[in-house]
Amino acid sequence: MEHLFLLFVGAALVNNIVLSRFLGICPFMGVSKSTETAVGMSLSVAFVMTISSIISFLIDKYVLVPLSIEYLRTIVFILIIASLVQFVEMVIEKTLPELYSGLGIYLPLITTNCAVLGIALLNVQFKYSFIEMLIFSFGTAAGFGLALILFAGLRERIYYSTVPKYFQGMPIVFIMAGILSLAFMGFAGMVK
Amino acid sequence: MVKNIIKDGLYSNNAIFKQMLGLCPTLAVTTSAVNALGMGLATTAVLTGSNLVISLIARYIPKNVRIPAYIVIIACFVTIIDQMMKANFYSLHKVLGIFIPLIVVNCIVLGRAEAFASKNTPLYSLIDGLSVGIGFTIALFILGSFREIIGAGTFFNISVMLSSYNPLLIAVMPPGAFLFLGFLFAGKQFIDSRIKGEK
Repeated sequence: MEHLFLLFVGAALVNNIVLSRFLGICPFMGVSKSTETAVGMSLSVAFVMTISSIISFLIDKYVLVPLSIEYLRTIVFILIIASLVQFVEMVIEKTLPELYSGLGIYLPLITTNCAVLGIALLNVQFKYSFIEMLIFSFGTAAGFGLALILFAGLRERIYYSTVPKYFQGMPIVFIMAGILSLAFMGFAGMVK
Repeated sequence: MVKNIIKDGLYSNNAIFKQMLGLCPTLAVTTSAVNALGMGLATTAVLTGSNLVISLIARYIPKNVRIPAYIVIIACFVTIIDQMMKANFYSLHKVLGIFIPLIVVNCIVLGRAEAFASKNTPLYSLIDGLSVGIGFTIALFILGSFREIIGAGTFFNISVMLSSYNPLLIAVMPPGAFLFLGFLFAGKQFIDSRIKGEK
């Protein structure tokens, strides 16, 4: 139990997916302009990330490895994610129209979110068991949401601040991300 | 035409500095000049190959399924490069790790496929892939060199600073990637405004 808890904390805080593994930077920079969209994006990512990790884990274990065609992993995983996103989009549209209109354009964008493919690949690389994989994927998604929402809050604040001339626009956003990442480094050492 | 494509790819529409695409590998692998160069060249190879193939077969792909089709083509090239690097540059492959397979979801590659290769002739697409890739490599290389020189005091693993220099370790750590890229962007805005001011 303790081991699983540490795994969760490690995935969410210590090795935060955005701020220390550098996956999913595009949505991190792209949809962090307001906290509202940030929340929508984090929820969709959490959802897709957990499900796609489960499916790609099972396919890797019961199809790719027995047939020893592991080198096709990249192609298979990206196809799983792309079709899953499409499928999830259709299911949500039919069954939960309110959620669908809330998530809106974020769902299709997730296909090219490298965090989702990254976690599917990392699960295999770290040789996790099924339950570890589940905790790791969910923890990572939680970490993504945390970083994204925190960052959106920061960006809303910076909007009203005076920024030096040449730092206006993207430069200050990156500097801010650097400082946030510095803050997250404070968690280093909590979990090995 | 050719001149414009090259100029666009290398500078005026540079993938990182202008379009801010492909930021994940940019931040993650630029801890040293060598890694940056390796990543840049791997991406260039994938980009050139996928651009060429997509421009050859784009007209036979139905509009609705073009994105999955492009992704499969890109994934094939990524797998080839991945296996090749594993065989020939094992230590570099190990350092770049997960970011080699992640070239599949690099927005630059899919972006060029959709925006350029699907509408242009194979020759132009080839040139476009090469120049965008090299533009990307140059940007990575600049960032990687800065971070390596300041963070480790070396350049291509050769010591370049005075022996009394105390490496600023943060440059090679995760926060340093964001900070340095931020300063590089600021520097680019400064240079751009200078160029405009002179005209």
